[in-house]
Amino acid sequence: MTRYLLRRLIAMPLLMLGVATATFLLSHITKADPLAAIVSERQMNNPEIVAAAKARWGLDRSLPEQYAVYISNLVQGDLGVSFRTRRPVADDIGARLPATLELVVFAMIFGVTAGIGLGVAAAHWRDGWIDHGARLVALIGSSMPVFWTGLILLYVFSVVLGVFPGPGRIDARVAPPPGVTGFYTLDALIAGDMERLRLALAHLVLPAFVLGWAVMGIISRLVRGSMLDVMEQDYIRTARAKGAGEGRVLFAHALRNALIPTLTIIGHSFAYLITGAVLTETIFAWPGIGAYAVDSARSLDHPAIIGVTLVGAAAFLIANLVTDIAYALANPRIEIGRADG
Amino acid sequence: MAEAVRIRPGLPGWLTPPVAVGLAVVAFWVAAALTADLWGLADPLRMVARRLQPPSGAHWLGTDALGRDVLSRTLHGARISLTIAAVVVAAAVSLGAALGAIAGFVGGWVDGLVMRLVDVTLAFPPVLLAMAVAATLGPGLENAVVALVAVWWPVYARLMRAQVLEVRTREHVEAAIACGAGPMRLLTRHILPLCWTPVLINATMDVGQVILLAAALSFIGLGATPPTPEWGAMISEGATQFYSWWIAFGPGFAILTVVLGFNFLGDGLRDFLDTRSAR
Amino acid sequence: MTGAAGLEIRGLRVGFPGGLEAVRGVDLSLARGEVLGVVGESGSGKSLTWLAAMGLAPRGARVEGSVRLMGEELIGAPRARLRELRGNRIAMIFQDPLSALNPVLTVGTQIAEAIRLHNPDLGGREVRERVRELLDRVAVPQAARRAGQYPHEFSGGMRQRVMIAMAIANDPDILIADEPTTALDVTVQAQVLEVFERLRAELGIGIALVTHDLGVVAGRADRVAVMYGGRVVEEAGVDALFASPQHPYTRGLIGSLPTVAGAGGRLTAIPGAPPSLAARPPGCSFAPRCPIAEARCQAEDPVLMPAGDGRRAACHFAGARPAAPAATGPARAPVSGEPVLSVRGLVKDYRMDGGLLPPVLGGAGAARLRAVAGVDLDLAAGETLGLVGESGCGKSTLGRCILGLVAPTAGSVRLRGTELAGLTRAQMRPWRRHLQIVFQDPYASLHPRMRVGEIIAEPMRLLLGRAPSAAQVAVLLERVRLEPAFARRYPHELSGGQRQRVGIARALAVDPDVLVLDEPVSALDVSIQAGVLNLLADLQAELGLAYLFIAHDLAVVRHVSHRVAVMYAGRIVESGPAEALHTAPRHPYTQALLAAAPVPDPPAERRRRRQLPEGEPPDLLAAPRGCAFRARCWRASDRCGAELPALRAVDGGHAVACHHPEPVAATAPAGA
Repeated sequence: MTRYLLRRLIAMPLLMLGVATATFLLSHITKADPLAAIVSERQMNNPEIVAAAKARWGLDRSLPEQYAVYISNLVQGDLGVSFRTRRPVADDIGARLPATLELVVFAMIFGVTAGIGLGVAAAHWRDGWIDHGARLVALIGSSMPVFWTGLILLYVFSVVLGVFPGPGRIDARVAPPPGVTGFYTLDALIAGDMERLRLALAHLVLPAFVLGWAVMGIISRLVRGSMLDVMEQDYIRTARAKGAGEGRVLFAHALRNALIPTLTIIGHSFAYLITGAVLTETIFAWPGIGAYAVDSARSLDHPAIIGVTLVGAAAFLIANLVTDIAYALANPRIEIGRADG
Repeated sequence: MAEAVRIRPGLPGWLTPPVAVGLAVVAFWVAAALTADLWGLADPLRMVARRLQPPSGAHWLGTDALGRDVLSRTLHGARISLTIAAVVVAAAVSLGAALGAIAGFVGGWVDGLVMRLVDVTLAFPPVLLAMAVAATLGPGLENAVVALVAVWWPVYARLMRAQVLEVRTREHVEAAIACGAGPMRLLTRHILPLCWTPVLINATMDVGQVILLAAALSFIGLGATPPTPEWGAMISEGATQFYSWWIAFGPGFAILTVVLGFNFLGDGLRDFLDTRSAR
Repeated sequence: MTGAAGLEIRGLRVGFPGGLEAVRGVDLSLARGEVLGVVGESGSGKSLTWLAAMGLAPRGARVEGSVRLMGEELIGAPRARLRELRGNRIAMIFQDPLSALNPVLTVGTQIAEAIRLHNPDLGGREVRERVRELLDRVAVPQAARRAGQYPHEFSGGMRQRVMIAMAIANDPDILIADEPTTALDVTVQAQVLEVFERLRAELGIGIALVTHDLGVVAGRADRVAVMYGGRVVEEAGVDALFASPQHPYTRGLIGSLPTVAGAGGRLTAIPGAPPSLAARPPGCSFAPRCPIAEARCQAEDPVLMPAGDGRRAACHFAGARPAAPAATGPARAPVSGEPVLSVRGLVKDYRMDGGLLPPVLGGAGAARLRAVAGVDLDLAAGETLGLVGESGCGKSTLGRCILGLVAPTAGSVRLRGTELAGLTRAQMRPWRRHLQIVFQDPYASLHPRMRVGEIIAEPMRLLLGRAPSAAQVAVLLERVRLEPAFARRYPHELSGGQRQRVGIARALAVDPDVLVLDEPVSALDVSIQAGVLNLLADLQAELGLAYLFIAHDLAVVRHVSHRVAVMYAGRIVESGPAEALHTAPRHPYTQALLAAAPVPDPPAERRRRRQLPEGEPPDLLAAPRGCAFRARCWRASDRCGAELPALRAVDGGHAVACHHPEPVAATAPAGA
């Protein structure tokens, strides 16, 4: 098992290098002058700044040299400067990261728990109305354009019914809780400020629900499928032959096995959450990376787009690595020397 | 032993209720795309009424900020979305399946090269990669199509390779080698015909996902450019007119139903094949 | 045999939606301390009968009739009561012990669960103590340590012992063993059957031994029930059943068995195939295949009637014909002549993926698995060489190396003097018309989307460069006793036996000299096996083919072969004329194989004293120095650990690779 995990750990930086290379090539096929993307239009006339930028990004050198400079800048955490905000992309992303992370974590919690519950229920009452209902809910989750669902839910629950607050992380008149973690809920909890905690949670409900729905759909379909597979296995019959009751069969024997294949999809569903974040943050005026990415894309701010893409890929890779580790720990069948199981 | 639920005896086994629902919905939207001009609706590109009118008898889905008929624009949008999806899926399947089949069958460094390319591409969250590619190439539908193919081909390459690797170890392939079949005959006659089913099911389900991502690109402003009646772009316009909810409702509902249709179709087909292979 | 002292099944029926009846009125009884053998082929309803009796019939099944355990009715009993009884008074074990154990729970946890479910008050220490005791009872060594391991860390035989330990956790009255040894190698099967023997003797458990293998019940059962088409067709004491079977199906089954004792000659094959659930004939299910069926049999389903001596048979003409004489004859004499195929020093290594880095990045050296470790073989025209060994011994790899389907690592394969080893696929092609293969799995080895006609035509088209006419295809089908109409069918429309015949026809299409038969009958039901074996014998006589017959079943190999080679851990440990090898085996492994192979002759089985090897076939990744068998060998000496024994001739073509090649002691007659 250690060997398997070591191998995955070694693959990580290699994949990251591949990702960086891909973005490097991408930024070189763009029709736009890369200099124009780094230096703002007005400063293009200033030869000093242009020369400095050229030197810093190595644009006066050959392609392999530029590649080396690009990679070494990346390693030092330099993602370039956004020409829209005029700030280093890394700083922009760092400032917006907690908002997105908080949203993603809540969406993930909702999606995974609801997905497992729905999947188990659908498998247990296979072909009954619960199963059909669960299928519909799950398929709607992966069929809806989140940017539209967010819009509609916001209109219905905030404007028409008024049960949830409008866009934003917290009411506009209320100052955010003192920043420790950047998660408003945690920060409010740390400060013991229950009112702010309630507000922050209320603002999280709609966007986390919209984001988590797709994840719930994917996970519930997978849990249902693997539960049905597992329930056909001989060891389930063995458990029954021992005299185990249905509840014990379902939860002590079946679910544990059914969740092992499901674990792998949890890392993968991270991609859906990033997609969701990119597309819903704008709707919910959520000051996170997603909204930043959309704003950058709309103004063709290449350094920012590439920066977000790199950070997103890194986050996705880390999520997949964590899943693989969890998978290896949960599955006793992965052994030393029998990797790639 | 459990037979899949059939609608009526006499119909083919794969036509389960979910598949039938999916087929009906998809058929409706394909028909809408083909006949959008014949419904006697207003010109989707011209101002035909006052701006921001809520739904009424004359304009069932209301009018947008430029006074255009939302229903007409929604129906015409089907043409664009379905065409993009068909082109993207066809291109991604051809490219991915070809590379995957070669990688799986030839093996060695060819396999290594293709699979590393696949690994790197799949390391990006799809929406970010599509955004980056589309932003690099500049806004426009053609560039959006390229971006989407770049996102989707590795899925099919990986799937096809796995299929080829599995099928090539089956005994009937060994039997064919013993019968003197050469590499081309092995691949085309004995391996590939048994690899297509999961690829095609995935493709069916992906049509929906491609429609979603294409709309998302337009929503961001990297796909269709105004005044094209594209669903994602229309929702984006609707988002700026938040209190005129009907502008976004039509195109959003259109995306939801057409994608749901493809998902039902793919999910039902997959269920049917799973139960059949389990028997 | 009163019902109150055991299990009493009366009129049990199991049906499925759509009117399919899988079990159609079964009456059986099983007393404590008794072993009831239940024999049947696939689809006979033998497993379903017992699952239904346990209340474990699959979803959607409709169960009717009566099942009484110690006088208490189980059919229709409340679910809570059934749970109390299951695993407590009545227990069951299944065919495949790997899939029957939960992979994510330790073995100890799973046994403990069986105890705790029925003794909720027991403390942790008492349960642990009991788990250890149970593992000791089924002879799992180092019980305390092994209880903490997961099922995948156990070998097949050990897993089945764990299943047994779990089943007897609460001293049940009745134990149902559903094909308990089918997934195991023959030496391991004998070890596990010994465990059953002890359970009956020490605990007085009544055991239902459900199997397709007549040999397994011959030595272990007191009574035997034969099932066919969802019913019991005959039931009798074990001696009476084998000595004078009353039902024509029983007679056919016994006649179709090749035995270790007898060899050569024709087997009495049963024509046709077992009925499918959906297409059961009216009247007697066996009538379409029965040699003595009359009009009445097609109209009227016979009931199970007493036939004297406590026997019962369900046949209108029970006992009407004398039992067919067992088809035995003299062993087939070795064929002399120039070898068509000769193999020298054949080696096949597999690289196991063990390194930390992929090889591209200069990863550490991968482990090497030597599947075939230097094999010499000669095969003459018209001769059958039987290659026998347990799973993982390298026999199938050897067959594939000879055909170049797998590239050998070293060694030579000569076909009529031409070197084939080292040829590329393209260079190999012209030689393929002389060298063909029949595969084990008749389902996997035929292209599912090609018609039988195309499948048979493919080798001619590719190797002879001309597509055969319909008439030529018909001739080939005729040769394997199939109707010409089969050419238009797809493989999934054929039964297992018919598919295997198609596989043989395909191999014969190019008139080869040598046929490698890789376990050609092991996937087939017993009654079908005999027909295919007879066909192979006829074809050899007609066409003068040379066969390399690879199998794990000693009886089958003995029946078909002129010469036999025994393989263990990649090497041939003994080879010689079939007769000599069976009557005077010299290698302890051969002796063990013969001792372990069940014989369908109850008195002989009971008389046998067995010298069984301990343990199971070795893991080739950790191949020991010296003789690979020494860890399991009762004659092993220091020399065996130091020095690999070479294959040396003992007499007339009989060779042994052993430092202590002693004949079997007179007190332990092998092979009866």
